[in-house]
Amino acid sequence: MSRVIEADNIVTRFGKHVVHQNLNLHVNRGEIYGLLGPSGCGKTTLMKEMVLLQKYQGGSMKVLGYDLNTIGHQKAQELRQQWGVLFQFGALYSSLNIYDNIAVSLREYTTISETLIAEIVSYKIDIVGLQQSVKEQYPSEISGGMKKKAGLARALVMDPKLLFLDEPTSGLDPISAREFDALILRLRTRFDLSIVMVTHDLDSIEATLDRVAILDEKKVVAEGDLATVKATDNRFVKSFFKGRPS
Amino acid sequence: MLSFNGNSLSLHAKVQGDTVVITVRGDMNVKSVALIESLLAELLSHPLPSKVFVWHLETLTRFDSAAALLLYTFDMKARSLGATCKFHAQTNHQHILDALYHRDYQSGGVTDDRLGMIASVGKMTIQKYHSFKDFLAFVGELFAALTIYLLNPKSIRFKEIYHAIEESSINALGIIALTTFLIGVVLAYQSSVQLKMYGANIFIVDMLGISVLRELAPLIAAIVIAGRSGSAFAAQIGVMKITEELDAMKTMGFDPYLFLVLPRIIALMIMMPLIIFFADVMAMLGGMVVASIELGISAQLFLDRFNEAVAMKHFFIGISKGPFFGFIIAAIGIFRGLMVENDTRSIGINTTKSVVEAIFMVIICDAVFSIIYTNMGI
Repeated sequence: MSRVIEADNIVTRFGKHVVHQNLNLHVNRGEIYGLLGPSGCGKTTLMKEMVLLQKYQGGSMKVLGYDLNTIGHQKAQELRQQWGVLFQFGALYSSLNIYDNIAVSLREYTTISETLIAEIVSYKIDIVGLQQSVKEQYPSEISGGMKKKAGLARALVMDPKLLFLDEPTSGLDPISAREFDALILRLRTRFDLSIVMVTHDLDSIEATLDRVAILDEKKVVAEGDLATVKATDNRFVKSFFKGRPS
Repeated sequence: MLSFNGNSLSLHAKVQGDTVVITVRGDMNVKSVALIESLLAELLSHPLPSKVFVWHLETLTRFDSAAALLLYTFDMKARSLGATCKFHAQTNHQHILDALYHRDYQSGGVTDDRLGMIASVGKMTIQKYHSFKDFLAFVGELFAALTIYLLNPKSIRFKEIYHAIEESSINALGIIALTTFLIGVVLAYQSSVQLKMYGANIFIVDMLGISVLRELAPLIAAIVIAGRSGSAFAAQIGVMKITEELDAMKTMGFDPYLFLVLPRIIALMIMMPLIIFFADVMAMLGGMVVASIELGISAQLFLDRFNEAVAMKHFFIGISKGPFFGFIIAAIGIFRGLMVENDTRSIGINTTKSVVEAIFMVIICDAVFSIIYTNMGI
C-alpha cells in the first residue's frame, strides 16, 4: 500500500512552547484519515504543516512523494495543484462570486476554454450538492453550510489526489452534517481520493474515517482503525469515546 | 440588635441567649445581596455577639446562587472566628446552599496583570523591535516577489493592478479634488490679506505656485490617500487573513505577494504622481478663484504670471515624490494588514496604525527630499 503522507519525528515549536515532539504518522492511499485530539494539541497546526502553510522545526514530512524539507518553489507549485484544501469556514474569496471562486485555479493553471470551464464548474457544483443558481452569488450571500460545499467544490476543481478537510462538519446542523459525511464517502469512491481531516464530530468519525491518529501530549498516542484506537489507554480517548460501543 | 424592613426584603437579627437568630423574608437574590452584605458586616465584628447563628430562611420568596454564596462566605468567616451557622430553609433552597459545600474548584479573583511603567516601556520597546523586524522581512519578501515579476513579466497581474488603480486612486479623485481646491482657496485667501498691505498682489501667484507644486499638493494628496486607500488596504488584507482567504490562496499556489501585495503597491506608485498632478491643478484653481475675487487678478493674468514666475522644476520636484509616497502608503497599509492576528480587535488597531505610520513616514520622506533637493541646489 503506498503512502500519500509520511511524517517522521516532526518537531514543532512556537517560541518555547513545544507543540509536537517527535511525532510520527502516515496516511495510506485511498483512505480517509482523521486527526483527533483535545483542543490545543496541534491538529490544525499539523495539517497546516502538511499543506505548506507553516514550517516545522525538526523531522521530515513527505506529501505525495515530495519531500517538504527540500522542496523548491517550482515543485511546491506542482504539489499545490495536486491537493485540495477545505478550510473550516470555506475561506471563499469574498471579492469573487461562487463561479469564479471555483474557476480561478482552472484559469490560472490551465488554458482550458471558458466553455469547458463552465462545464467543469457546473459539474463540481452539482456533485457537492449545490443548486446551479448559487453560481452568481457572492460568499457573503450564502449560508455557512453552502460556503463549505462551495469550498469543497473549489478544492475539487483540479481533480486532486489528496483532500484536506478542516472540521468539515463543525457549525452544520445534524442533518447537513450527515449529508456532508455521505458526500465525502461518495467523493472518495468516485474520485479515488485520499482524505485527511481534522474533526471533533463523533458521528462523522464513526461514519467516515478508516484510520485515525490521536494527538495528545505532543505526539501521536494512538494510530490505526477506530476499534484499535478506542482500546488505547489514554485519558483523552477514554473521555472522548465514553459511552460509545467499541 | 439588627432590623431592616424594605420593599421586598426584611431582615431581623435578635440575640436569644447564646444564639443570634436571623430571619430573612422576601427576595434574597442577586439584586438584594449587596444590601444584605452590608447589613451583615457588623454581625461578625469583634467581639462576636454569640457563637451560634441560626438562620430562618423558610419564608423567602426568592433565593438564588448569589444569595447562597453570600451565606456560604458568611459561614466560612464565622467558622474562622470560632462560630457556627445553622440554616433553616426550604428544601430546594437548601439544595443550592448544600451544593456549595462540595466544591472542587478554587475561587478567587484574577490578579491585575497591568504592568508597571518601566515594564510596559520595556514590553513596548520589544514589540516595536519585533514589528520592525517583521517589516524588514516584509520588504525582503516584497523584493523577492518583484524579482519574480521582473524575470517573468507574464506573471505580472495586470488585472489586479488595474483593479487596485481604480479602487485606490481613481475613486479617490473626488475627495482629492475637494481637499486640494479648498487648500488652494484658504492659502490664497490668507495670503491675499497680507499681500494687499504691501500692494504686492501679483506675488500671490509666485507664492501659491511654488508652495503648492513643491510641497503642499504632494503632501495633502499623500495624507488623503493614506487615510483613504492605505487604511483600506490594511482592512481588506486583515479581513482576508481572518477569514483564511490568504491561507486558501497559499494552498492553491497563489502567492499573496504576487496577487495582492505587488499589484496594490505598483498601482499606488504609478498613480501617486498623477494624483499629485491632479492635486496641483485643483489647488491652483482654488487659488485662482480667490485671486480674481479678492485681488482682482484675472485668470489670464494669473496664468501669464504663473508661466513666468514658477519654474518647471517645482512641478517636477513635487511629482517626483509621488512614487515614493505611493510606495510608503501601500507598503505600510499592506504590512499592517498582514500583521492582523486572529481577532477582530486587531483589524481596528492595525488599520489605525497603518494610517498613522504612513502619514508619519510620508512626512519624514518629504523632509528627506527637501534636504536632498536643497543640497542639490534646486
